[in-house]
Amino acid sequence: MKKLINDPADVVAEALVGMEAAHGDRLRIDYEHKVIYRKDAPRQGKVGLISGGGSGHEPLHGGYVGPGMLDAACCGEVFTSPVPDQLLAATTEVDGGAGVLHIVKNYTGDVMNFEMAAELAAAESAVEVRSVVVDDDVAVQDSLYTAGRRGVGTTVILEKLVGAAAESGRSLDEVAALADRVNAAGRSMGLALTSCTVPAAGKPTFELGEDEMELGIGIHGEPGRKRVPLASAREAAQLLVDPILTDLPYGTGDSVIAMVNGMGGTPLIELYLMYGEVHRLLEQAGIGIARCLVGNYITSLEMAGCSVTLVKADDEFVDLWDAPVNTPGLRWGA
Amino acid sequence: MGDTVDLDQFSDWMRRYAGVIHDNAPLLTELDSAIGDADHGSNMDRGMTAVVDALDVGEFTSPADLFKKVGMTLVSSVGGASGPLYGTFFLRFGGKLGAGPVDAEGLGVALHAGVDGIVQRGKAAVGDKTMLDAWVPAVEAYDAAASSGVGAALTAAAEAAAQGRDSATPLVAHRGRASYLGERSAGHQDPGATSTVLLLETAAETLG
Repeated sequence: MKKLINDPADVVAEALVGMEAAHGDRLRIDYEHKVIYRKDAPRQGKVGLISGGGSGHEPLHGGYVGPGMLDAACCGEVFTSPVPDQLLAATTEVDGGAGVLHIVKNYTGDVMNFEMAAELAAAESAVEVRSVVVDDDVAVQDSLYTAGRRGVGTTVILEKLVGAAAESGRSLDEVAALADRVNAAGRSMGLALTSCTVPAAGKPTFELGEDEMELGIGIHGEPGRKRVPLASAREAAQLLVDPILTDLPYGTGDSVIAMVNGMGGTPLIELYLMYGEVHRLLEQAGIGIARCLVGNYITSLEMAGCSVTLVKADDEFVDLWDAPVNTPGLRWGA
Repeated sequence: MGDTVDLDQFSDWMRRYAGVIHDNAPLLTELDSAIGDADHGSNMDRGMTAVVDALDVGEFTSPADLFKKVGMTLVSSVGGASGPLYGTFFLRFGGKLGAGPVDAEGLGVALHAGVDGIVQRGKAAVGDKTMLDAWVPAVEAYDAAASSGVGAALTAAAEAAAQGRDSATPLVAHRGRASYLGERSAGHQDPGATSTVLLLETAAETLG
């Protein structure tokens, strides 16, 4: 294992130290609970937004804490969900009297830990808690017979749109309803060219041959749905975009917010090349791209590969997208 | 017949299990690498280490007290799905134990309550390729052998759990992270069922 770390057991805590050193003007850190807070939280009268999950997906979620996005991000161990204590502490801390929305990615552990935290919040405090479970990954079929679709790329876009809505003073009911609409409008699909190594495990989660790629991956280094021969970028883009387009379905005249996301180990030159391919495919399908993101936004440590996310966008979504945001991971208009 | 389990034995069970988990952490993580996310061994090891630390500093007057601490410690230190599942098991298990020693029948009631908690929390059933494939046959075997005493019942439970774990290996996972693999999850041993078997084997050694 070649990593810039000191001790596998200290990776998350030491990364938080660096996060505060770099962004202490906007963020503060609760080291005991491993929670990253917006510096001015709680904001009176504003719905508090909390997300969290395993670490190793940076900039998600800690990089999206700040004005216009999240109030707090709870950091679990690498690829392991945070525990109820952390989520409960954050829920109590960010409540400004308007209630708190939990943004949960659909993984068994995340859902259970957030559920336990919401039960504890209901029993121990007066904070009103709602939650949205993001499940946008089209690689998972047969949702009736699985834990359901995973929460992946749509989470980034949802945190931006819902963050803007909360900042503008919308109520908990309105913010929660918006979150459900964004989730329903978003679909993602990813592929990996390499595996990744969890520091505590010390070796790659799966082996992938030089001439193979893993199609339909999640974001935890877990193997995907199918192993296929390595394809050109043009073919790979088609393998990612086709299942997304047929799933919602999107059609001629629709407008989307599009994201080509790197998994952590793929250079931007390849991501832009992929974006060009995705753009061409959407043009062919008569789908307009209202806004886009190209870069590393929801990653799996050093995994090489990428994912494509499309969120069908109306004017309201585009306006929320354009609203000011000031976080380490996304910043414009502020 | 007539044998009981006391607070010291329960405490010994948890300490022994912490050692067993530490020794088997690489195996559990390797199993989890194949169909999950490669953290079951390290997560359980961290959780049981925290349990031993809590036992070292805490003073417990009853098994109910002890397992409340064990459950809360696991919930707050393990993360993932295993934390809430094992944590809920011990919280519900301890909730059925009184202040004094418990007999085979009382232990059976507690085991059932714990497993019911796992079902509620995880929304899974036998055949989904989860830890319940070990737990459910284990409590059935325990019930059938309970009249022969704690030791015999726990031994039967551990054996049934191991059979359940093995019978789930060829199955396709329907819950948990392994379910995302679809057909590719078949043929792999379930990590959660494996740590459950270890827990029951340790119980048979320490409580019987």
